[in-house]
Amino acid sequence: MNKSDLIEALTQRLSNLPAKDIEIIVNTIFDSMTTALSQGDRIEIRGFGSFEVRVRQPRQGRNPKTGESVDVGLRKVPFFKVGKELRERVNNGK
Amino acid sequence: MTKAEIIEQIYEKVGFSKKESAEIVELVFDLMKETLEKGDKIKISGFGNFVVRQKRPRIGRNPQTGESIEISSRRVLTFRPSQVLKAALNTGK
Repeated sequence: MNKSDLIEALTQRLSNLPAKDIEIIVNTIFDSMTTALSQGDRIEIRGFGSFEVRVRQPRQGRNPKTGESVDVGLRKVPFFKVGKELRERVNNGK
Repeated sequence: MTKAEIIEQIYEKVGFSKKESAEIVELVFDLMKETLEKGDKIKISGFGNFVVRQKRPRIGRNPQTGESIEISSRRVLTFRPSQVLKAALNTGK
């Protein structure tokens, strides 16, 4: 399922709302989540999971092709932890 | 950020009533859960992919007692952030 499939499924369940509006809302949801994370905020969606930013310390890396050593600077990476309800549903699902 | 704040954002940016925004946000996450429960993956371009992976049983150890126990086979959910999201975390402030 991709974003347009998600929008389509929502449109079917919310037949009173225009598809265009649903598309805008879905985009707003993921945009606001991206913005929150880029500001270092943690996101918690009860029953689904939480997203947080983890910091990777700078390290000395190596270019695997040339063997040359390169500096890898401090990086922030998003981390998702699945919530209890969803974890159980995924494991017991189908 | 919680669901309530996402709802607030929709209300502010799109001008939908909070009641309506709440209903939609709730439904978005419900639909995502239903999809993942079926074992299907979800790809949100610009954000990331949620993928269900099958794990085989393995022998684990109770770190407190050192006892061996079998960890049963299970299905787990992983999130792979998109390049766009990763880049967003590493630009500016």
